[in-house]
Amino acid sequence: MKAKHQRLILVIIALLAIVGAGLLAAWSLRNQANYFYLPEQMASDPPEVGQAVRLGGMVKAGSITTMPDGVTVDFMVTGNTADAIPVRYSGILPDLFVENSGVVAEGSLGPDGVFVATNLLAKHDENYVPKELEGMGTEQAAKMASETTVGLKP
Amino acid sequence: MIAEIGLAALWLAAALAVLQMVSGAFALKAAEGEVNPLAIYARPAAVVQAALAVLAFVMLLYAFAVTDLSIKLVASNSHSMKPFIYKLTGTWGNHEGSMLLWVGVLALSGGMLAAFERRLPERTMGATLAVQGFVALGFYAFLLLSSNPFERLPVPAAEGSGLNPLLQDIGLAIHPPTLYAGYVGLSVAFSLAMGALLTREVNPAFARVMRPWVLGAWVLLTFGITAGSYWAYYELGWGGWWFWDPVENASLMPWLAATALMHSVSVLAARDALRTWTIMLGVLAFSMSMLGTFLVRSGVLTSVHAFAVDPERGAFILGLLGLYIGGAFTIFALRAGAVAEGKRFAVTSREGALVFNNVMLSAILAIVLLGTLYPLLTEAFDVRVSVGPPYFNPASAIFAIPMFLVMAVGPLLRWRSDKPARIQFEMLLLASLLIAVIALVSFFGSYPFLPLLGLGLAAALAVAAVLPLRGRKLARVPVATWGMVLAHFGVAVALFGMACEGAFSEERLAAVAPGGTEQIGDFAVTLESVAPVAGPNWTAIEARLAVRQDGGAPVLLNPQARSFWSPPQSTSESALLTKWNGQLYAVIGNQAEDGRWQIRLWWKPFVTFIWYGGLLIALGGILSIAGRVRVDVKRRAAIAKGAQRRADLDALGGVPAPVPAE
Repeated sequence: MKAKHQRLILVIIALLAIVGAGLLAAWSLRNQANYFYLPEQMASDPPEVGQAVRLGGMVKAGSITTMPDGVTVDFMVTGNTADAIPVRYSGILPDLFVENSGVVAEGSLGPDGVFVATNLLAKHDENYVPKELEGMGTEQAAKMASETTVGLKP
Repeated sequence: MIAEIGLAALWLAAALAVLQMVSGAFALKAAEGEVNPLAIYARPAAVVQAALAVLAFVMLLYAFAVTDLSIKLVASNSHSMKPFIYKLTGTWGNHEGSMLLWVGVLALSGGMLAAFERRLPERTMGATLAVQGFVALGFYAFLLLSSNPFERLPVPAAEGSGLNPLLQDIGLAIHPPTLYAGYVGLSVAFSLAMGALLTREVNPAFARVMRPWVLGAWVLLTFGITAGSYWAYYELGWGGWWFWDPVENASLMPWLAATALMHSVSVLAARDALRTWTIMLGVLAFSMSMLGTFLVRSGVLTSVHAFAVDPERGAFILGLLGLYIGGAFTIFALRAGAVAEGKRFAVTSREGALVFNNVMLSAILAIVLLGTLYPLLTEAFDVRVSVGPPYFNPASAIFAIPMFLVMAVGPLLRWRSDKPARIQFEMLLLASLLIAVIALVSFFGSYPFLPLLGLGLAAALAVAAVLPLRGRKLARVPVATWGMVLAHFGVAVALFGMACEGAFSEERLAAVAPGGTEQIGDFAVTLESVAPVAGPNWTAIEARLAVRQDGGAPVLLNPQARSFWSPPQSTSESALLTKWNGQLYAVIGNQAEDGRWQIRLWWKPFVTFIWYGGLLIALGGILSIAGRVRVDVKRRAAIAKGAQRRADLDALGGVPAPVPAE
């Protein structure tokens, strides 16, 4: 095998691997991407039962109830419309999980229409607003930020 | 005055970066073996620039140490009541300060290169310093024009607004500086690669100059990622050690490229192969560290720990990124053909295995890169997605598994050319080990496939790592080889920890009344009491958990839920009980209405091996550097001795002196 050929083969193998990685990535991103839903999207076009998705919105006031076991919590998540998605979560609530606060729930939709969360991401520092909710429009976002943010100066 | 001195030092340093760039560029005009008279300023410019940049950083450090509230950055990121150590670490716990640290390390490494590196041809050295100056200039411009750390407030603030409590942790004191030093060390590798490309001097001598920089940067990145992973594990209270968060990916991507680069630069130094590939990886590795900076600093990505974000600054870094990376790849495309070809090798050979692993690392890099950038791309079409472990784990495993397999046999192959039949026995041994472990573990219970495979691979890799030592006089094995053995063994150890964590972790979540007991693993955990405690700038509720293993003496664990008042924020402080065979991880949650407390407990067998493995890998890198330095020192001494002998001969009028018996 000539040196030129060997180089060529190496380059082709490398390219194939990289392109393969790219195709694989593109394919699994289509299928497995952890999709983000707003409550109104989830209400109008629900994901498949059991598919890993994220639900982001606001914790509805007065909707938090704790089950008798002391660790399971039910609450409703609302978005820009009146739609509200019931969420069930077993675990320690994030430090800043309160009513009317922004929350991102990771999990999947159950057959009964309750979103079973495996993980809750509440705002992480005093300036954190779920980025996915920024599309609410500036006024709404500002309102939400001030409502959900402890100690943020207006 | 302090702030003004710092600012002036920065402007002067930027001016010197211009001088370094221009003067270094003149080196390219020199004829072979000569030095252009205008090129002699590049080295001193780099050294003085390093001193000035360090001075600027020390000034900012001082301003934070004394909490100078007339400086905007200090006022918005510090607080007079904060513990002293976090006042200091707060210097780089924010955007401006961390960029100043970045520039400081960049200038310092450039200065060190200029001061100590004498082996490179002067033309290559000049070109390298010119590139280094150009890179530094961009970051000086970024600091001075858009993120001046020394900006004064019109009226000094009465009190600072504090530091994000998650950053008030010793993990954050060491994690960012090591990562940055690693990132920036790759900038030297980049400059060297560009310098060599510009002068077409890509050869083993050049690789020997580049290797310690790559190794050093890689060791620091390894250490930084390991420390960062442990920090996220105990500080976030989520019990996980890797979240595929964009900020984590931002440090993983340069590490993947640097790992590939480190291996290929070693091949180039020792065997004179992979010339253009090494240069390309040099460009790629630094591109990834620039991209990482952009992702973390620009705020384009949602992340649980993206600090100090600002989209306008993102545009600036994106511009720099485009300029440097685009420029570098353009030069690469134009010049790569002119780089002389290296030595050839067969597909089954040590080089072949290394190339294969290089390609696999690049493929994983592509997977991580695409997954990290994908949300950005879809957002342009107003579709918001977030990509997480369901994508990253299987997609990267597809390339990681063959990589680990080849990594096991690669070091057993000979350089240049080998026959697979020669290592038949070893391959059989490793394969049977792999299958035996998987069969044995799945006999005792049903576990997910990936952790099982991980356990088998870890066992095979651990044995494979030490196989190259077989049949050798251990005292004679070069230090650098020990480095490789240790680093590869570290991979096996880390893999073992990850697999155990994935397969055998137990979790218990319960609401417990004081006096109540929960069982997890071999442990009985009793909630004795919950009491308020106070720290220097926080209050907390603290649980007293008495842990008894198999009815033995109790050990106390004290997880806390802390509330900071400036800025007002809460954090979970997990409590860890470390045993040789794992960790018990405890978090306290909220109080339920009936007075019970939420407690979350994990028993994570061998989870600590993940970070021990990381440390072993870094230690292997350090041994490698030490070994190379020792060999270099010996070689130089031998050359000096030879020169001395020739000089003596000349002095004797050419009469051969009697050779001393050794």
